[in-house]
Amino acid sequence: MMRTELLLPELLLAGGALVVLLGGSFVPRHRQWILRGVAAAVCGTVIITAAVALSAPANTAFDGTYAIDTGTGVARILAAAGCLLVLALAGDELAGAARESDAYALLLFATAGAVLLAGATDLLALVVGFLLASIPLYALIGLAGTAAGAEAVLKTYLLGALFGILLLLGVTLLAGITGTTAYGELVARLPDAPRPVVTVAAVAVIGGLMFKAGGFPAHFWVPDAAQGGTAMAATFLTTVPKIGALLAVHRLAGVLPGSSNWPAVVAALAVASMLLGNLAAFWQTDVRRLLGWSTVSQVGYLLVPVVATGRSDLAQPSLLVYLAGYTVTNVAAFAVTAALPRHRDRTSWRGVAATTPWLAAALVVALLGLVGTPPTAVFVGKLTAASAAWDGGYAWLAVVVFGNSALSLFYYLRWLVPLYQPWAVAPPDRPGRWSATVAVVAAALSLVVGVAAGLVWRAAGG
Amino acid sequence: MLTAIVFLPLLVAVLLAVVPRCGDAAARWVWVGTATVELALVGVVWAGYETPPPGQLAFAVRATWIPGVGSSYHLGVDGLSLPLMAMTAVVFLACAVYALRERHRPRVQASLFLFLQSVCLGVFAAADLILFFVFFDLSIVGMYAVIAGWGHGDRARSALKFFLYTFLGSLALLTGFIGLYAAADPHTFDMPTLTAENPLAGRPLAGGVVLAAILIGLAVKTPTVPFHTWLPPAHTDAPAVGSAVLAGVLLKLGTYGFVRIAAPMLPQAWRGWAWAIVAVGVVSVLYGALVALAQTNLKRMIAYTSINHMGYVVLAVGVAGLVGVDTAEPRAVAVTGAVTQMVSHGLITAALFLLAGVLYERAGSYDLHAYGGLAAPAPMFAALFAVGAFASLGLPAFSGFIAEFQVFAGSIATAPVTAVALLGILVTAALFLRAGQALLTGPTAGCATGFGDLRPTELWSVGPLLGLSLLIGVLPRPLLDLIEPAARTVVDLLGR
Repeated sequence: MMRTELLLPELLLAGGALVVLLGGSFVPRHRQWILRGVAAAVCGTVIITAAVALSAPANTAFDGTYAIDTGTGVARILAAAGCLLVLALAGDELAGAARESDAYALLLFATAGAVLLAGATDLLALVVGFLLASIPLYALIGLAGTAAGAEAVLKTYLLGALFGILLLLGVTLLAGITGTTAYGELVARLPDAPRPVVTVAAVAVIGGLMFKAGGFPAHFWVPDAAQGGTAMAATFLTTVPKIGALLAVHRLAGVLPGSSNWPAVVAALAVASMLLGNLAAFWQTDVRRLLGWSTVSQVGYLLVPVVATGRSDLAQPSLLVYLAGYTVTNVAAFAVTAALPRHRDRTSWRGVAATTPWLAAALVVALLGLVGTPPTAVFVGKLTAASAAWDGGYAWLAVVVFGNSALSLFYYLRWLVPLYQPWAVAPPDRPGRWSATVAVVAAALSLVVGVAAGLVWRAAGG
Repeated sequence: MLTAIVFLPLLVAVLLAVVPRCGDAAARWVWVGTATVELALVGVVWAGYETPPPGQLAFAVRATWIPGVGSSYHLGVDGLSLPLMAMTAVVFLACAVYALRERHRPRVQASLFLFLQSVCLGVFAAADLILFFVFFDLSIVGMYAVIAGWGHGDRARSALKFFLYTFLGSLALLTGFIGLYAAADPHTFDMPTLTAENPLAGRPLAGGVVLAAILIGLAVKTPTVPFHTWLPPAHTDAPAVGSAVLAGVLLKLGTYGFVRIAAPMLPQAWRGWAWAIVAVGVVSVLYGALVALAQTNLKRMIAYTSINHMGYVVLAVGVAGLVGVDTAEPRAVAVTGAVTQMVSHGLITAALFLLAGVLYERAGSYDLHAYGGLAAPAPMFAALFAVGAFASLGLPAFSGFIAEFQVFAGSIATAPVTAVALLGILVTAALFLRAGQALLTGPTAGCATGFGDLRPTELWSVGPLLGLSLLIGVLPRPLLDLIEPAARTVVDLLGR
């Protein structure tokens, strides 16, 4: 049975995207900011309707293929909020650009895809969400129109195709051995299915989703896209798709039987993402690329509560709280780079604190937040994620999380230190107004979410 | 009340940071004023303090924070934390007065130090492990900014080393906290609950691992051998007020953790590792003293004596775990001595570092041999330095003597072999006499020529610190009355 009113946020996102896409043809180029306002209004409405729906009891739509519960509700709010911040940030970069309204439409489509991924409780719905979230991203990265951007698109597209096929392979296997694609029935039938096949299928599906999450082994596109794409695209693709992909992995983990060794697989992916992301970020000089690698390591931390799915009551709330913290903190860090687009080398950030103390403060809060310094939101996320892992019998994973956090401090500090040194040749540029505002707002939000963690935790169902 | 004490400096710090029109002079005086109010507020708490029953805290406040993970906003004081809060308020006020002559971005400096004061007081007042950790970690960030922003020499490198080292330690600490949390049933981060529950009793392996994580975290912060290597460069390159706060207050966050968290919450594991802790304490005492003896840089020398002095504290809390027949009384004396030593070291070392700052400010050098005969051009400096040196080496009539006497009285009565650490006092005496001789006596030469004597701000920051040390040395009772019941509670908890 189709119950439209339940899917209002998703319909708003998709419908809003169509309106913006078509509207772009009828609005003169210097007035395209109107469509940015439309897109922002759509995101705002989605946040409100999702927040209202959050208080309703859990439900399903489309014959149980789509869950409307706390997880989906929080994912809707976070994805729309992330999209809203990215739209605001685009004000500096895209205003008056040739493809301005197209970019806004693509953002809304990709956000809808991420939300679908988060709510899917059927393997076929999962595939649809995956494609809807992926295809707009290729176009978004390509908007940069530079050689580096073209290379990043090609890399992303090839990897996306490869891991999309891997996902489909896993879905086919699971459907083949159980005769169903609905999660509700998979739970009942998978324990009787041949164990090696289930393990292979689990690895394939989770591996495929890692492309969207930007985690090991499908992470190669992330640093390139972060470096080569526009600031708007880089911010978006390292933030919003992760929300959908990680919740999808979490939902899938709740379905897979423990005998398929999926916790070991997810734990291995988590450790590999953390280590690789951190080690690769160590000697980066381009700040956007550094942040790109840092998001790879963040996926590792975000996978830690997923490992505890079904073993600890803390798993889902900690994942959602971490996602909330990650969304605002990561947007803040990228927004700072968007505010000074010509300052790509970390040494060119000298003197920024003297000329724009607020922007520097936002970066300090964002980067120390990503390390996990209290009282920022990511600290609460890391703390609860590690607690969930320990509670679920993976105490060593908690140790790995904190060890990696200490590692990551080094490269974040390498970027922060020049900020407070006097400039060498010329004073830094004037920051973009929109991006700087987004950076400060998002950094403040990360502090607010951290201090008010009790409320966020309750909203996340803890 | 405690909420006001902890968050008032933070509030003022934020105001100072966001109101750019506030002039430099105003900022300096706002800092002094806030620090004075803080000291008065702590004084009010001290005056109204009545020893709470064991396992409870005075002036407790509790509000829900993150109920989902069993963490609440819980503050309270007892005989372990109140003396340290008072010491913190005194040291920060002294720093505020000393910094009245600061010329390098005084508004930001005042804001940063008020922030630091907030988090240091927060650590001592916290009765929830997460709250404790939040403040503990922020103290590292604040001190990093102080060293990197106002230091001298190779400050960027020293600050980075300090940050990485202590941050790693704090993460080990957090891992241990999560272990305690996961072991408790129902899961909680509340400190009095965890202390009462003793969650890892009967699980020696898990208890040992969790204690190891917590001990590493605290040992880095204290610091003890072999985790001390960040301390000398951090001190050498930090500004005078930064060193005073770092040595006076921040080191105590580590030793305070021993008596507040590690020993009472993991008594079984603590008893198992007691000899190892004693050994680390003794080695820190001797190593710190011997390396300090070899220094010619005054600031480095004081930094190494800090390792030596913190060694006495570690020795005493280790001895507290050597449970045996009829040793409860001496072990309580040792713990009392440890807490007294924390207060005493905070006052004396802060004074010595401020005096070292005077040297650098006048002549730009910490080298002992660059000076000579300072007593003639700067008699007040010479007098205060001599008093500080004697106080630090544990001369009777100063607080250091009261502390070290109790540490040794308790330790030697429990485990006679710890008498070997007495050598540390001997070496410290030698090195302070030698330093005093090189700096103050003989014909006036080198950098000492034309050396201006102490200015009022310097006199009124260093003087009261040493005066308080003298007061505690002569009239120790009010302080000991506060500490002794809490020390006995710690020893009782360790006997479980």
